[in-house]
Amino acid sequence: MYLATSLLDILLLADWNTRVVVIGTSMLGVAAGVVGAFLVLRKRALLGDTVSHAMLPGVVGAFLVMQAFGGGGKSFAGLLLGAAIAGVLAAWAIPVLRRATGLKDDAIMGVVLGGGFGLGIAMLGVAQAMPGGNQAGLESFIYGRTASMVQDDAIGIGVTAVVTLLIAVLLAKEFRLLCFDESFGRALGRKEGVLDLGLMVLAVTVTVVGLQAVGLILVIALLIIPGAAARFWTDEFVRMVSLAGVIGAVACWLGASISAMAPDLPAGSIIVLTLSSLFGLSMLVGTRRGAVKRIIQSRKLRRRTGWQHLMRAAAESLESQGTDTWTIEQLSPLRSWSTSRLRALHRSAIRRGDIISCEDGYALTESGRTAADRVVRNHRLWELFLIRHADIAASHVDRDADMVEHVLGDELVAELETILAGSDVALVSPHALGGQA
Amino acid sequence: MTLDYDGWIILIGVLVAACCAIPGSWLVVRGMGMMGDAISHAVLPGIAIGFLVSGTRSGGWMFLGAAISGVLAAVMTQIVHRWGRVDRGAAMGLVFTAFFSLGLLLIVQTADTVDLDPNCVLYGAIELAPLDTISLAGLDVPRIVMPLAIVLLANVGLTLLLFKELLATAFDPGLATAQGFDARWLHYGLMVLTAATCVACFEAVGSIITVALLVAPPAAALMLTRRMRWVIVLATALGGLAAVLGHFSALTVPGWILGGGLDTSSAGMMAVASLVIFLFMATFAPGRGVLARRWVSRRDAMRVAVEDALGLLFRLEERAVMLDRVEVEGLLQSDVRIGGRLGTVLTQIRRGSLAEVDNGAWKLTESGRTAARSLVRAHRLWETYLAGRASIPSSHLHAAAERLEHVTDPTLAEQLRTEVGDASDDPHGRPIPPG
Amino acid sequence: MDRPPEIQPTVARGSEHDPDAAISIHDLTVAYDRRPVLWDVDLDVPTGCLAAIVGPNGAGKSTLIKACLDLLPRVSGDVRMFGSPWRSVRSRVAYVPQRETVDWDFPVSALDVVAMGTYGRLGWLRPVGKAQKQAAMHALDRVGLSDYAARQISQLSGGQQQRVFLARALVQEADLYLMDEPFASVDAATEQAIVEVLRDLRSSGATLVVVHHDLQTVAEYFEHIILLNMRVVASGAMDETLTADNLRATYGGRLTLLEQAATALGRLSKDR
Repeated sequence: MYLATSLLDILLLADWNTRVVVIGTSMLGVAAGVVGAFLVLRKRALLGDTVSHAMLPGVVGAFLVMQAFGGGGKSFAGLLLGAAIAGVLAAWAIPVLRRATGLKDDAIMGVVLGGGFGLGIAMLGVAQAMPGGNQAGLESFIYGRTASMVQDDAIGIGVTAVVTLLIAVLLAKEFRLLCFDESFGRALGRKEGVLDLGLMVLAVTVTVVGLQAVGLILVIALLIIPGAAARFWTDEFVRMVSLAGVIGAVACWLGASISAMAPDLPAGSIIVLTLSSLFGLSMLVGTRRGAVKRIIQSRKLRRRTGWQHLMRAAAESLESQGTDTWTIEQLSPLRSWSTSRLRALHRSAIRRGDIISCEDGYALTESGRTAADRVVRNHRLWELFLIRHADIAASHVDRDADMVEHVLGDELVAELETILAGSDVALVSPHALGGQA
Repeated sequence: MTLDYDGWIILIGVLVAACCAIPGSWLVVRGMGMMGDAISHAVLPGIAIGFLVSGTRSGGWMFLGAAISGVLAAVMTQIVHRWGRVDRGAAMGLVFTAFFSLGLLLIVQTADTVDLDPNCVLYGAIELAPLDTISLAGLDVPRIVMPLAIVLLANVGLTLLLFKELLATAFDPGLATAQGFDARWLHYGLMVLTAATCVACFEAVGSIITVALLVAPPAAALMLTRRMRWVIVLATALGGLAAVLGHFSALTVPGWILGGGLDTSSAGMMAVASLVIFLFMATFAPGRGVLARRWVSRRDAMRVAVEDALGLLFRLEERAVMLDRVEVEGLLQSDVRIGGRLGTVLTQIRRGSLAEVDNGAWKLTESGRTAARSLVRAHRLWETYLAGRASIPSSHLHAAAERLEHVTDPTLAEQLRTEVGDASDDPHGRPIPPG
Repeated sequence: MDRPPEIQPTVARGSEHDPDAAISIHDLTVAYDRRPVLWDVDLDVPTGCLAAIVGPNGAGKSTLIKACLDLLPRVSGDVRMFGSPWRSVRSRVAYVPQRETVDWDFPVSALDVVAMGTYGRLGWLRPVGKAQKQAAMHALDRVGLSDYAARQISQLSGGQQQRVFLARALVQEADLYLMDEPFASVDAATEQAIVEVLRDLRSSGATLVVVHHDLQTVAEYFEHIILLNMRVVASGAMDETLTADNLRATYGGRLTLLEQAATALGRLSKDR
């Protein structure tokens, strides 16, 4: 009971300091979601990871420098500046090293990430060993600690996030072009180098302000998960980017609130786990490409194909036998289907009203007759089409289309039909092709 | 045999580097370097759970947990990539951050009851490792040596056993699968190996520095060789070197810079050393290094310039055009491929006694004339060949031949000679010199 | 001093472009990975003609188009469009890349893709407005896809995707269109539709340079032909240029010795 009320208090931002921190972090979530969506679409997710790890020596270096100049090393802005410099340096070093060595991206990123982080750890060791140094708090950059965030930090984070967001929105059109078709962009005179640099600067900015909230190991999640999750819900660019912002904000809000409840709930972990849950949820039930939707689709396709096979088998069996009815036993050798599957297909066709069950077996209804004829005709047109136009990649043809004309156009269908009428015996089957529309 | 404290640290570091180099090499040649990053983060919840279950660091539980969570992360990456149609890099990033944060949460939550420090997970505690010993055949050996030795043996053994299969699946997974080596199993097998390596190493150097030792030594080795066997051997050697250098520089470098006998984390410096070794190889490696390539291209440009100069002298001689030294040098100066290099070119020509100044005019020596003749021969053979075979317009023949002549060795010249038949003159009516 | 060309020192050659040509290429050499794929290409395409680039696989057809648009670095050479470098006449030039070059899973609709053609005129920071959407819609209509405007692009068939790319070029209202295999793996109906659009453009005064892979239809669709195989074998009016001799020279085997030298040469010229 106590837990529930305190969570509610926090979610509703009852406490002033918590309120500022949570709002600041949520703004960060929006900015990270939006910028990260671009990063995901540009397929640069791991570059962001490398850059954020490589920021550690920047943070510690800034601390050491400030310490040396007697600043006490506690200026938050100074540490972030160090992080930003190191991040930009890493982002710049990766393409340079790739060109110089001819090695693949992943190897270069691994080297920069591991080496950079190691350098940071080594420098941290120095900072800890230095007499009189107060390096406490530096480690919070590794894991993040919203709890230690004060009002000024949160306001700084919020303002930076809003500015970043604004720039991202203004450049959305250019980023869309860059991510979708960079060579066309170049042909329009957009310098992809400039745009990529702009994107990296935005990402580094978000990463830097995100360090305090989630830490440099996990900040990459804040960037990439919202965009990846949003993709399951929409096929539209603006909607996807906006949704990514929303997901980022929700996760940060929830995460920061929950972690404010107890001291041993690190905010970074909670935010990332919230994000991961949202991702998992999106992947399952997303309305555009969620797993459930795709399972339903593939079941539908299976059902439809089964129905088409049944109608075709029935029609062809009726033609060859010259009767009006058929039995399961007659159809079963026509395809590799089990009797139980065949029975199930019959049951569902009866429910659709395409066939009826009668004493001698099954018969087509009026509407079933029309449907069966169309299935047979379409099938034969397709076969003919594929034979005549084998040069066209078959994967580009929607063979399930009800009306062949929608896909191939009236003229081609008319041409195919002429051929079909002229050569029916040779072409498809020994059965007469009665009822061809 | 006993080792002192530093000796043990170095031995542990070398063992770690050797362990990492083997799966690391395979990851890098497969273009999966960042998978090392992902796995080394993703083993964290497995380690935490294994530790919680057994309450000790030495048991097999932690290995089991880490291997399971490592492979689980690899499988989930694959699922998210395939099913969710998410870009592979993004899929990796989102799976490993989820795993890592779960692990972190577990460790922080149970920090009061168990002794597993999140910092130790990130950057290890190699300095403490020699103090925690077990007795092995009457010797006090650091406890951590055992798992490292076992994983190293496993890595070496499996690589020797499956070298052919790993190579085939790395190069062409489709073909390998068609031949009966299931690329998927080897992929996950490699993930298990990587996960086990990460567990064995994390206690010493932490999970992120493991990435440096997984990727940097093989990347450096690739600057030296492109033979897989040698990549693995060299990566192991360079990794070991990084461990040694890392430990010594951890003891000394902070002192040099800041004075006062400071030292720092050996694990961190091992990562830095591996980065430095990589950068060194990228710069100085013979053949593929930046300097080597720059040197080769300078040398080539110089050779072309010298050859151009000799060719010009030969043609002047052939046409009996008499020019004095200043005129010839003026002509050479105006050639874009000689231009500013003229001084060096003339020095090289004189030093190689290819031509000399005689009576105020440049004259080819006998050896210079032979070299120039084969160059002009190549030039005219190319013109004849291109005019006959490639229907290049005659106004372009000269420009094309001008470049090709510098890459024509005697064998190629002979082939050209055969190809152009019995033509004795080039398309401009100049005789083709005999070989 | 009057000397035969051989004794002339190698100097950087000045350009001698035909100012009336829509596209004029001079001495273009392009290398992939140090290996030259285009050699000393000299080419003029007169304004207002429908030209095809034809040649075997690996002949450098796409490379030629990309190099003209600075999408690939050149080893040497100079390209002029309407007498000026590409950068200064960018807005008059439209490019249709190969379909495979983009990720069709990308979250944009057909209309969004076509509207990208207006970005060049829009410039930075200005968003796509109603006028641009209308223009895009009109272009989609011209290629017969107005019903598919709102579809996500992965839900279009190959031929429809190709037509979306074509519409994107149409929206640019350019004077010169460079198209990379617009007929690749499209069905017969789409091919006809595309040809119609090309002819329309041509009769409104535009110049089109199209990479084409089908020798059987090239004479029917185009009036000017460029036969390419690492170098320009022949170029000119269709009737005069599409001869058996030229075809043999284009497709009849490779210049093995030249290829042998090409790798070594690539290293030499790239590094300088």
